[in-house]
Amino acid sequence: MKRDDIVNLEPGVDQPAPLTPVTEDARYIGVSVPRGGIERLTQGLGQFVDDLELPRMAHVAYWRSPVAHMRIRKIHADAARAVPGVLLVADGHDLAKVCKPWVAVLGHLAGMKSAPQYALAVDRACWQGEPVVAVVAQTRAQAEDALQLVSVDWDELPAATDMETALDPATPLIHPELGDNLCFTRSLDVGEVDRVFAEADAVAEATLEFGRHTGVTLEPRVQIAHWNPAEQRLTVYHSFQAPHMMQDLYGRQFDLPASAIRVVCKDVGGSFGIKVHAYPDDFATVALSIMLGRPVKFVADRLESFTSDIHARHHRVKGRIAVNKGGEILGFEIDDLTGIGPYSVFPRTSAIEGNQVVNLVGGPYKHKHYRARLKVVFQNKTPTCQYRGVGHPIACAVTEALVDLAAQKIGMDPLEIRQRNVIPDDAYPTAGASGIKLEILSHEASLRKLRELMNYDALRAEQAALRKQGIHRGIGFATVIELTNPSAAFYGVGGARIASQDGATVRLDPEGDITVMVGVGEQGQGTEGIYRQIAADAVGVDIHKVRIVTGDTDVTPYGGGTWASRGAGVGGEAVLLAGQALRENILKVAAVILKREAATLAVRRGRIVDALNEEELLPLHELGRIAYFRSDTLPATFTPELMVTRHYAQRDFPFIFTNGVQASYVEIDTDTGFVRLLKHWAVEDCGRVLNPMLVDEQMRGAIVQGIGGALLEECLYDDAGLMINANMADYLVPMAAEMPDIEVAHVQTPTASSKLGAKGAGEAGTAGAPAAVMNAINDALAPFDTHVFSQPITPQKVLRALGKVS
Amino acid sequence: MADLYPIRVTVNGELHQCSVSPRTHLVDFVRDTLGLKGSHLGCEHGVCGACTVELNGRTVRGCLTLAVQADGGTVNTIEGLSRAGVIRDLQDAFVQRNALQCGFCTSGMLMAAKELVEQRPDANRAEVREWISGNYCRCTGYHAIVDAICDVLQQRKAATSRTEASA
Repeated sequence: MKRDDIVNLEPGVDQPAPLTPVTEDARYIGVSVPRGGIERLTQGLGQFVDDLELPRMAHVAYWRSPVAHMRIRKIHADAARAVPGVLLVADGHDLAKVCKPWVAVLGHLAGMKSAPQYALAVDRACWQGEPVVAVVAQTRAQAEDALQLVSVDWDELPAATDMETALDPATPLIHPELGDNLCFTRSLDVGEVDRVFAEADAVAEATLEFGRHTGVTLEPRVQIAHWNPAEQRLTVYHSFQAPHMMQDLYGRQFDLPASAIRVVCKDVGGSFGIKVHAYPDDFATVALSIMLGRPVKFVADRLESFTSDIHARHHRVKGRIAVNKGGEILGFEIDDLTGIGPYSVFPRTSAIEGNQVVNLVGGPYKHKHYRARLKVVFQNKTPTCQYRGVGHPIACAVTEALVDLAAQKIGMDPLEIRQRNVIPDDAYPTAGASGIKLEILSHEASLRKLRELMNYDALRAEQAALRKQGIHRGIGFATVIELTNPSAAFYGVGGARIASQDGATVRLDPEGDITVMVGVGEQGQGTEGIYRQIAADAVGVDIHKVRIVTGDTDVTPYGGGTWASRGAGVGGEAVLLAGQALRENILKVAAVILKREAATLAVRRGRIVDALNEEELLPLHELGRIAYFRSDTLPATFTPELMVTRHYAQRDFPFIFTNGVQASYVEIDTDTGFVRLLKHWAVEDCGRVLNPMLVDEQMRGAIVQGIGGALLEECLYDDAGLMINANMADYLVPMAAEMPDIEVAHVQTPTASSKLGAKGAGEAGTAGAPAAVMNAINDALAPFDTHVFSQPITPQKVLRALGKVS
Repeated sequence: MADLYPIRVTVNGELHQCSVSPRTHLVDFVRDTLGLKGSHLGCEHGVCGACTVELNGRTVRGCLTLAVQADGGTVNTIEGLSRAGVIRDLQDAFVQRNALQCGFCTSGMLMAAKELVEQRPDANRAEVREWISGNYCRCTGYHAIVDAICDVLQQRKAATSRTEASA
């Protein structure tokens, strides 16, 4: 593989100067190396948690609230207990003796409040799907059979389901002790918003709606909790993103020292943020294992996934934009209302998504005037929390819809208005109007690249020609910023014990192999693949000599795991630093063995060589043999240290922002309202690209998830707070036939906050796709002088906009 | 608990004589009784395709087929096809194209892909997309999966024409 074959291959586009390599002998970083170690997943030989069977393992099934809000009067469990194989039936009071309740708030979100939440509902259940009773049996089938015999007497309580009326005096209080249904509110007023709106040549406004949706990881949430009473030790095999975080939370909720807890996360069947939260049924499963002194497996079935996995993105945003005739954006103003369910979710809280919307609206642009109001309210629906993109898809859709409306009002091309208003590439470091600190971005270069990549002018000509034939196509853009490589400013400063630092241990084994243990794990995004590349280059060995170990709190350095697109930039930097430190130590050993100065030596492709002429002096397996088995031949004062750990925390900025721009090309059938996605383009800048193929695939996968939210996915509720499409057939996710081909190109602007220079790439696709698709649809609808601003944009909504249905 | 029914079924070339509860799904039988964990349960109501296996030469949803329906029949799972080497090219192409991320859908996706390349050797990109629409993937966005399958369609076509040319 030649490096030149991979990066910045787009024909006709300015190629930036190649980046300076970060290692002496760069062979893998920056190259599309296929991920090693995934062959097992193509042969059905992975090991997902549900594939594990432990001796004496029991299975739990949960009886969940069938209504949105109820007082639990009496639980009749004797019939269930009598079912052969049933080991335990327990309720919220039973589990509260083992597992403490929690309240999910963050200190830096001033005034935020939530109510204590229990592993199983105590006296009251607050959403359809809240776990109430646990039935544990020898087999899953027995547990499910017995579940049918659990009978609960309840009084249905009035439910607060509509977020628009959540704060009305007439609306029932979900937690009377909190005084109202308000979880969090925030206001921001920067510059002179009233003045610029009054003086603007044009003001455009819109109200955008975003339906609730959820992650639908193809593997549902699953865990095996194993309390070993003889060892007084808890092991949890988990399909999860943050093993150390859960180790800490189990310790605190169950009053155990963290050293008595091991969390193991191996193959994880998709996560997307769904598997980074502490769920009540997760704590309940651990409690049941402690009560029974044996392993207990919980696998959410798909129906309960839909009402127990976190939801996200339920927002209504009123926004407006002020612009002058020349196309200068003067300011934005937004009012965001979001409903989060009855509890803020532990430990990240459910106010972050709305908070991000406030921080991110208008983010790509250089205006100085911005006002935002946010209300985060409780409701009797499934709790919402962080899902891939966290606030970015909302903020981007609001911003980009308003920019298009402004362009329309002043008669300017949508790409042109973006080119005029993005923060220029030479203006960094700087801050956005909301106060977000921006290290270095490349909006201008990215927009130029996109224009060429999509052949914009020809596409506009094609659109115009087809429009004359009654074919309605639209082109939509989304300029994106994405926060990645978070510092402790995200959670740590607010009191949440969520690590922003991460660590890597790199070891030279006797045969010259390299073993790397990293705190960030793998959920399919390719983390282990890029760590192999980095470690191989950093130490100076062939990639097939490198093995990566992640996902085991007994083994890896302490780390935060997977969230906020930190695997490459934070975990990768730790691997680089540890690999380079090991290389130095290897050279010290070689210097002793060869009786030479270390500075005259180098590691090249598994060998110690003369640094000047690259003459081979000592293969690493020979160095390993001597270091590990013949210490008698080394000076008494010298001990080889062939295992090195390094940690890295990004501390220069609260976050390292990335940028990019997407474009969508759609066709609308004005008779049926169906939207056909013809093509999607993305230019992204995640700093140094470690593996272009993996970045492309992160972009494509994330874009399709974003398209899902824009066109298909919604958790539909009736007025009583019952989800009416809580199954895989009725809840629509993107399928292959309806998704477009997605072309991805890269601009590389490395961050200076690390040696590696990598920023995150996991979420930008989801951030931008809904805006791009929505704007393309509205561009196609432009001849009809109408818009659709309610996602998911269903055929019905398109037809309604066209006045064809009411 | 209903009575158990005896079944004889050949799975990946091995004959198994077992007694199963009539309600046992085929995928639960291969996973729990035979320990073949490569077929996955994504929805258990026939939508996602992660549990796809071959029964008597045709793909079926393992979660909508009962084990008793396989009585007297032949079942192939991802483990068997892998051992036999008959989808090696598809597996290689999936790795090369990064057509899997978490890998949970991959067994079912490969089952669908195998049937496609065997039955529709001339399929174009759109037809590949259509064919695999019964298999959900939440990670990749499908583009790379389509690329990988199209690669194999081309490779097999080229191999066929080489064989014909040399004959």
